Amino acid sequence: MEITNSTEQQIHFISVNGDLDASSSILLDKAIKDALAANHKVIIVDCVQLNYISSAGLGVFMSYIEEFEANGIQLVIYGLSEKVKNVFKILGLDQLLNIVKTKEEAKAFVNGA
Amino acid sequence: MEHNFKISCSKENLKEVRRFVNAVLSGYPISESEKNMITLAVDEVCANLIIHSHKCNPKEFITLNIFEQKGMLVFEIIDDGDSFNLLQHEEQSLYNIVKQKRKGGLGIMLVKRIMDDIQIYNAPDHNVCRLYKKI
Repeated sequence: MEITNSTEQQIHFISVNGDLDASSSILLDKAIKDALAANHKVIIVDCVQLNYISSAGLGVFMSYIEEFEANGIQLVIYGLSEKVKNVFKILGLDQLLNIVKTKEEAKAFVNGA
Repeated sequence: MEHNFKISCSKENLKEVRRFVNAVLSGYPISESEKNMITLAVDEVCANLIIHSHKCNPKEFITLNIFEQKGMLVFEIIDDGDSFNLLQHEEQSLYNIVKQKRKGGLGIMLVKRIMDDIQIYNAPDHNVCRLYKKI
């Protein structure tokens, strides 16, 4: 699994490529932790190349929800394939996280459109 | 026909478990999404055993057998680590998991939602977890 970080117009992008499982979820955790440490207030997670997610990956997103709410941080996820999105849905996590289809929708979301 | 796979208890081997399960499931007329869910359930049980029962010790092993039984696909996971009965595991609410900022606690929830039946047997020298899925 590979994580790529970039920043465009005050939006921090985290791109996830590959399988997010018990062995690799630590990399996503580090990427989010680093973004928070760098004081980014808007984070968009690009999951176009995310092939698989297990509870370890879901758990990383879940574990930051409180912190995001407490500190006014926006995190939006986009590009989930149908099979990966169904994993979020089966536990109802799609109701707790901001999930949109495309990068444009993610940008519009954080810009309040 | 029974399919068998044995891996050492390293988290890096979970992708091999998924590859094996996917290869077996490719012989069945099920959707990609359903295949992914079943693979996920098996991955979660194996990850639990590798991490909690075997402390990621690569010198220890778990065995996965897949076979059909009475219209069900059976995923049988055998190990000899500390016994862990996921059926007795107390499920936390999503609300508590979020409030406590926990990263764990979702895996067993997923397995219970995905599979049609789960059976656990603890023998003196090994443990057997069987996950059943109607096909």
